[in-house]
Amino acid sequence: MIISESWLREWVNPDLDTEALAHQLTMLGHEVKGIEYEGDSLADIVVAEVAEVAKHPDADKLSLCKVDDGSGTLVDVVCGAPNVVQGMKTPFAKPGVTLPNGMKLRKAKIRGIVSNGMLCSAVELGLGDESDGILELPHDTEAGSRLVDLLALPDAKIDLDLTPNRGDCFSILGIARDVSALTGVTLKDAAVAAVKASASDEQAVDLVNPAACPRFAGRVIKGIDTQAKSPLWLTERLRRVGLRAISPVVDITNYVMLELGQPLHAYDFGRLTGAIRPRLAEQGETLTLLDEKQLELNADTLVITDDSGPIGLAGIMGGLSTAVTDATTDVFFEAAFWPQDFMAGRARSYGMHTDASLRFERGVDPTGQARAVERATQLLLEIAGGSAGPLTDKKVQKHLPENKIIVLRRDRLSCLLGVTIDDDEVQNILLSLSMTVESSAEGWNVLAPPHRFDIAIEADLIEEVARIHGYDSIPESTAYAQAPLQTVTETEVDFERVANTLVARDYQEVITYSFIDAVANEDFTGASSELVLSNPISSEMSVMRASLWPGMVSAASANHSRQQDRVRLFEISKSFHGTLDEHTEVVRIAGLVSGPLRPEQWASSSENADFFDIKADVEAILGLAIRDEKIEFSALEHPALQPGQSAQIVRGGEVIGVVGKLHPRIAKAYDLKRAVYLFELDAVKSLRTSVPSARTISKFPAIRRDIAVIVDDAISAEQIVGVVAASSPDLIQAVRIFDIYKGDGIEVGRKSVAIGLILQETSRTLTDDDADVAMAAAVKILEDQFAAVLRD
Amino acid sequence: MQALSELIDQAASEIDAASDLAALDAVRVSYLGKKGELTARLKSLGKLPADQRASVGQEINQAKQSVQALLNKQRESLENAALEAKLAADAVDVSLPGRGRSIGGRHPVSRAQSRIERIFSNAGFGVRSGPEIEDDFHNFTALNIPDNHPARASHDTFYFPGGKLLRTHTSPVQIRSIVKEGVPIRIIAPGRVYRCDSDQTHTPMFHQVEGLVIDENISFANLKAVLHQFVEAFFERKTELRFRPSYFPFTEPSAEVDIRWNEGKWLEILGCGMVHPNVLDSAGIDPEKYTGYAFGIGIERLAMLRYNVSDLRTFFENDLRFLQQFR
Repeated sequence: MIISESWLREWVNPDLDTEALAHQLTMLGHEVKGIEYEGDSLADIVVAEVAEVAKHPDADKLSLCKVDDGSGTLVDVVCGAPNVVQGMKTPFAKPGVTLPNGMKLRKAKIRGIVSNGMLCSAVELGLGDESDGILELPHDTEAGSRLVDLLALPDAKIDLDLTPNRGDCFSILGIARDVSALTGVTLKDAAVAAVKASASDEQAVDLVNPAACPRFAGRVIKGIDTQAKSPLWLTERLRRVGLRAISPVVDITNYVMLELGQPLHAYDFGRLTGAIRPRLAEQGETLTLLDEKQLELNADTLVITDDSGPIGLAGIMGGLSTAVTDATTDVFFEAAFWPQDFMAGRARSYGMHTDASLRFERGVDPTGQARAVERATQLLLEIAGGSAGPLTDKKVQKHLPENKIIVLRRDRLSCLLGVTIDDDEVQNILLSLSMTVESSAEGWNVLAPPHRFDIAIEADLIEEVARIHGYDSIPESTAYAQAPLQTVTETEVDFERVANTLVARDYQEVITYSFIDAVANEDFTGASSELVLSNPISSEMSVMRASLWPGMVSAASANHSRQQDRVRLFEISKSFHGTLDEHTEVVRIAGLVSGPLRPEQWASSSENADFFDIKADVEAILGLAIRDEKIEFSALEHPALQPGQSAQIVRGGEVIGVVGKLHPRIAKAYDLKRAVYLFELDAVKSLRTSVPSARTISKFPAIRRDIAVIVDDAISAEQIVGVVAASSPDLIQAVRIFDIYKGDGIEVGRKSVAIGLILQETSRTLTDDDADVAMAAAVKILEDQFAAVLRD
Repeated sequence: MQALSELIDQAASEIDAASDLAALDAVRVSYLGKKGELTARLKSLGKLPADQRASVGQEINQAKQSVQALLNKQRESLENAALEAKLAADAVDVSLPGRGRSIGGRHPVSRAQSRIERIFSNAGFGVRSGPEIEDDFHNFTALNIPDNHPARASHDTFYFPGGKLLRTHTSPVQIRSIVKEGVPIRIIAPGRVYRCDSDQTHTPMFHQVEGLVIDENISFANLKAVLHQFVEAFFERKTELRFRPSYFPFTEPSAEVDIRWNEGKWLEILGCGMVHPNVLDSAGIDPEKYTGYAFGIGIERLAMLRYNVSDLRTFFENDLRFLQQFR
């Protein structure tokens, strides 16, 4: 909300400059987002009357004016504004004056004619963003008077970020109350004298649903002057807070709302038929609003009706059929209390947001309706004349919110804040906030004023005391809860270690979005997601990812297009699975490698990373958690991976991850010219581990024996290692494949596998005979199971 | 026959002239080899009268030892020279870069998050996490944000059909942790959060870290202390903090915290407050007995200040040239 400083100071005027006042507002909880100063350099601008207007002989669009600037002599001024007419009052800048936009005025010849200054538009004076010509001032303004006096300038527009709990602060009055409480400076009396009725006209109001509308105040004013214009002071105040002047009736409803916080609506009294009845809409009922938008109403929406049906969307916007027009002479002002429960979310549900709905949703003072009507009546009579009927003020008290007495305990106050505040100060703070306070043995019994409907429990009062006492005045004191020490587990590897391992292996961490394109998600997982957002930012960010790969492949592609050939990325984050009724979130460790294995350098060749490079990285991560347990890599058909170069990773019969080469078809779609290798691991399943338990290291020497066998291509390395290791489990410490050979001397479809065995006993030195026996057993089992042939 | 001393002199000059190990060995053979001069003389001792044999023999042996010593010395010198020559030939350009892979790096947001976790872990805070697809109850209702509360409108929530949503803050972890662990409790909960907002200063996904401490007699003064200490620990410098009254439905009193940054400007970095009694109530904790504080810190905000990043969006563009600066 934007407020005008000068308007605020009319209500409360502390001895603080603008910056200091803004600081106080911020420290009250009404954060000042910005301050815009107006009229700082307009001290020398005076009001001039245009005495004569003639055409410029050499320019169609220019006028030659003689203006009276109050000096007694007429001044010649050339003016380019289309709206300049004789008799008009307008701001005048003499030579020597510098305008807010930095323009310095000089006596100048314009198309051959001397101009002694300039008649100014609102934009030129820094008083608006647009103007159709020079600023037209009221006719009764005296020539030669200072513009700043006329417009109450300079002023500052203070932009406040109000919190949703403080509905009472959406007005000059509300802010002024808080400033008064903090500074101790007296607040202007908010009471409005009742306007005596001079007519008898009254609008019937029937509170048919008092829970939804417990209070409705109004007043008829008849016979207003349709030619009347809102005075400059009023339109200026509206302009400064961002509202356009429309007509006295509308301007007054806006003005009173901004001043007192109670939204008002004005009806054309002549267009109302029968009694006004606020009620809930019937489902599907229609209403045409002021802005000519047609609504089909929901049954949860409050409407104002007369005999013709709905005539307004309660607390949001009036209807077209009863709206005031330029010809309206008889007006009915409405100021109602619409409870928050009936307002919350309603405007939004119609895609609307108005100054009125903003205030009603946050709550208005349930006692402020009659006052607002009186104020509006007073202003309208002043500006446009007419005669007022009696005040209507219908209410059903039992449905109006009422504050209750709250007990504020001294002990609780100091316990929660961690500081003891003097009783006197507490009491003074509460009184300064217009609370009714009664001391008791344990503290105070407090009744909040009606406008502080947000105060409901003791903690609310404690917050108020802290706020006015000043958060800055509460000391710091170190204390943490008496919670026990946290365990540091060794049964799962923490992600930090995984990240550090990957960083050490030359991977750069990325963070990609959790929501991705639905098609990409399907391309990479082979299934469509059921976790689809109702209101995504865009279709590219519409489903929850079931894999981290699409985001990473996109990142690789983007980097590729930025001339980064060597891309090595990892991400540790969640993927999302299942249905909305029952979804799971799985932390995954994913990696992507593309391009040269090593950065280009003099000392090593520049081969591209391949399957076994990325597999080594996967093994390194798994190696953090897995020691003796067997991990299987088995060939896999995967929608995103190239057949024959992809594997699933199985631990204890459970798939814990996938590694492989991105399918060239997908790589091409992402404009990736180099081969891309990927891995993705379920972090929890992969990183489960056990506390290491030491074994005795054998003091006896180990024997190494090597053999080479010829087997079918289809026999995997893992199968061979498995059976060999099992052939003499007590003796064989390790089995290593150190060469694979295909080609000359080996028939097609078969391969030669060279195997090294490390044999060792913990209780004695092995003999050659022992080794021979073990080797024979290994060869035999290979022959039996895989039809292996021992190579010479 | 040449005198022994002459022979030694001659051997010495030949040894001295030997410029490599092969030449030196030839000299050795010519004096000490099977047919060498000194060997021959030793062999001819038998021809001498018996009373001279012992003394002549001793002289010859001494001569042999002298020659051998000279040979050894020259050998050592030649070997040293050879080694030096070889080492000189093996010299490398030490300014050339090392072989192998380089090193990767953490993402700056993870880097900041990791530091935040370490700072609070050191003070005994447990690190917790919670689901990112949340239900309305944990994200709003249990945090004292009932249906149609105006605070909901400001959350720009991503919804799924049926009412599930992407958590808009890490605060739901408060509720889940209290219910699961009870009190006293002292935790932080970092993680991803989501808001349906995307412009220069907002990304639809970002990171927060929630903090929660509940026990008997926990006060606002304690909250002020822990946050001040945290900020100074994170930035590794004395920093002025400003606690400003604000509003969060789940804390009361509530505050927003600004830090005084370069040129004296106040920058908002986090929101906090004393846990609202309704929140304690809905988690089954007696608000009369226990009090607590909670805070929520935007990790990107801290990372931007710490690492001098001016545009939030760069964190999620994953441009390697940007990321590699944060190794």
